Amino acid sequence: MSERQRSLSAHLRGGRTEHEGPVLEFGGVHLSFGGLKVLDDVSFHVNPGELFAIIGPNGAGKTSMFNCLSGVYHPQEGTIRFLGQDILGMRPNRIAALGMARTFQNVELFEHLTVLDNLMLGRHLHLKYGAPTAAAFIGRARREELANREVVEDIIDFLEIQPFRKSFVGFLPYGVQKRVELGRALAMEPRLLLLDEPVAGMNLEETEDMARFMLDIRDELEIAIILVEHDMRMVMDLADRVLVVDFGRPVALGPPSEVQSNPDVIRAYLGEEHSVVGGGENP
Amino acid sequence: MRGRPGLITSYRKDISLFRTGTQRLWLVVLLLVALWLPLWMPNDWLVPAGISLFAAIGAIGLNLVTGYAGQVSLGHAFFLGIGAYTASALSTVEGPGTRGLLAYGYDMIIWLPAAGLVAALLGVIVAPVALRLKGLYLAFVTLGLVFLGQHLFQSWRELTGGAGIGRRAAELSLLGFRFDEDGEVFGVFLSDTQKIYFLGFVLLVVMALVAKNLARSRIGRAFAAIRDRDIAAEIMGIDLTRYKVIAFAISSFYAGVAGALLFTVTGFLEPNAFNLELSIFYVAMVLIGGVATISGSIMGAVFVTMLPNLIDFVSDYLPYDPATGPLNTGQLEAILFGLLIVVFLIFEPLGLYGLWIRIRNYWKAWPFSY
Ligand SMILES: Nc1ncnc2c1ncn2[C@@H]1O[C@H](COP(=O)(O)OP(=O)(O)OP(=O)(O)O)[C@@H](O)[C@H]1O
Ligand SMILES: [Mg+2]
Repeated sequence: MSERQRSLSAHLRGGRTEHEGPVLEFGGVHLSFGGLKVLDDVSFHVNPGELFAIIGPNGAGKTSMFNCLSGVYHPQEGTIRFLGQDILGMRPNRIAALGMARTFQNVELFEHLTVLDNLMLGRHLHLKYGAPTAAAFIGRARREELANREVVEDIIDFLEIQPFRKSFVGFLPYGVQKRVELGRALAMEPRLLLLDEPVAGMNLEETEDMARFMLDIRDELEIAIILVEHDMRMVMDLADRVLVVDFGRPVALGPPSEVQSNPDVIRAYLGEEHSVVGGGENP
Repeated sequence: MRGRPGLITSYRKDISLFRTGTQRLWLVVLLLVALWLPLWMPNDWLVPAGISLFAAIGAIGLNLVTGYAGQVSLGHAFFLGIGAYTASALSTVEGPGTRGLLAYGYDMIIWLPAAGLVAALLGVIVAPVALRLKGLYLAFVTLGLVFLGQHLFQSWRELTGGAGIGRRAAELSLLGFRFDEDGEVFGVFLSDTQKIYFLGFVLLVVMALVAKNLARSRIGRAFAAIRDRDIAAEIMGIDLTRYKVIAFAISSFYAGVAGALLFTVTGFLEPNAFNLELSIFYVAMVLIGGVATISGSIMGAVFVTMLPNLIDFVSDYLPYDPATGPLNTGQLEAILFGLLIVVFLIFEPLGLYGLWIRIRNYWKAWPFSY
């Protein structure tokens, strides 16, 4: 571990209140839009330090689950408990304050801002100074800005995006944007990180880098991750457990080795004649 | 590494307002020129110049809510009016000339901040509309605010004197010091317009600095996040309600202060002044000056306010004379104005600020232009 990474790891893990039991409990969730059933009785939980993967065909309801978790969608039925707290019906910003962070399937960076400002926005909840000190930009405001800049620089080093610090994110290559988005989520010091297709559209090298970051985040920074991904090989290699969904219904849940050989999964996900491992599908 | 000028070696330096010596030098030169101009400018240039400094405060306010926070507002004229009337009512001394108008006789040290605060309060009341509406819909509702304001200003005679009659603007008397009378300051004789110009200069510098600080703080970043992607912003932990309210409050405060001062130059307030056209002028300042830049707001305000003078000035060197031609200065101004907005929106979305950046970059490479 480099000096920077040690400082990042110490920073992100320090000050956490210990929590007994699962990080996340998702129980009997039903979500529909009009007549369209998007989630139909989905249940799972995520343990501390776990890399939990969700897979399923297009339109299966994976992103919708993330939207329920971060408070954008409001399921009609079910319970969602995060670190023991009921978060159903909470505003997204309150859920973020509890320690949930995410990236988006279609990059949702603040495109008119620089990489630095995007990452500093991830620190928003950790910067506490108010408008009066901000207006003068002295004392507390300056101190907090500098201290949080240090954390952001650690993240920049961790994700190897040093050359892009001052670039406006709108002009960056797609792969770098994906990294910046991951950095912005990490800057929030989350207890649970939701990654929606982090390697979609990336080449092999970029995919490998991203996989390395995910393992480091789980192992060194000890952050639980939910990964939604179409890249089968990646999911099978990295995930501790996998949930398979199809048309909003859970099909299978278990360790990758079990899920891979589950006949229901093979039927639902790829059709009879395919085997799950063989298809590195990437839409 | 040592001895390389302009190399930034600490985060402290990196986040400072003016990062390099060159930037600081330019700023000093600019400030000195701005202080030197009123010493020789003729009055027909100095009066609009003074007004433009107050207008710049208002333009910064609009740029904060619309340029930075992305909440398009056509209601700026309303807040300018609130500031103007609050200041006038608080400042006017009760007398035979006040004809039953509200008149409290307070000093500028009271009425100036009060004008800002009352406008800010109304901004806070209006802000919840922005929680439900976005973009054009919000623009439309804030437009309604202007009509509401006009109705209020025309019918509330005790406050405004009523349509066609009006009342005097606030009196520029700060702790007994009169800005609206000629007199000696530190042994130098200054005219009232010169004094007002210097007042505008000092207030603008302070308020621009505060705005710049807010813009680079967590508050300004939250504004930009809401503007670029509001749902992602909320998922980052930004409380949309809170920051939209803050944006409207600060913006309206600036408008209130600007409104209080704008009309002191001419000395008179007329309810019909706070119409849609006034709002559009401020939107134009922001668009022409540069969206989401403080220095751009100032450039835009100066440019738009001085436009009639500039047209007159330029026409001296053109074969066309507005005094005899089919289009007078006012009509020329309106046409030029519309053209400029279109041209800037299409070709230079960053406005005058963007133009300045280009010129600067050109000269950076001088003499090796490519
Ligand atoms: N806001 C919404 N209104 C109506 N329907 C929606 C909404 N959001 C999602 N859906 C529908 O819910 C279903 C699941 O969508 P979702 O985006 O969750 O799928 P996904 O598993 O993430 O798919 P993909 O792999 O393509 O990203 C789709 O049929 C989609 O059309
Ligand atoms: Mg999806």
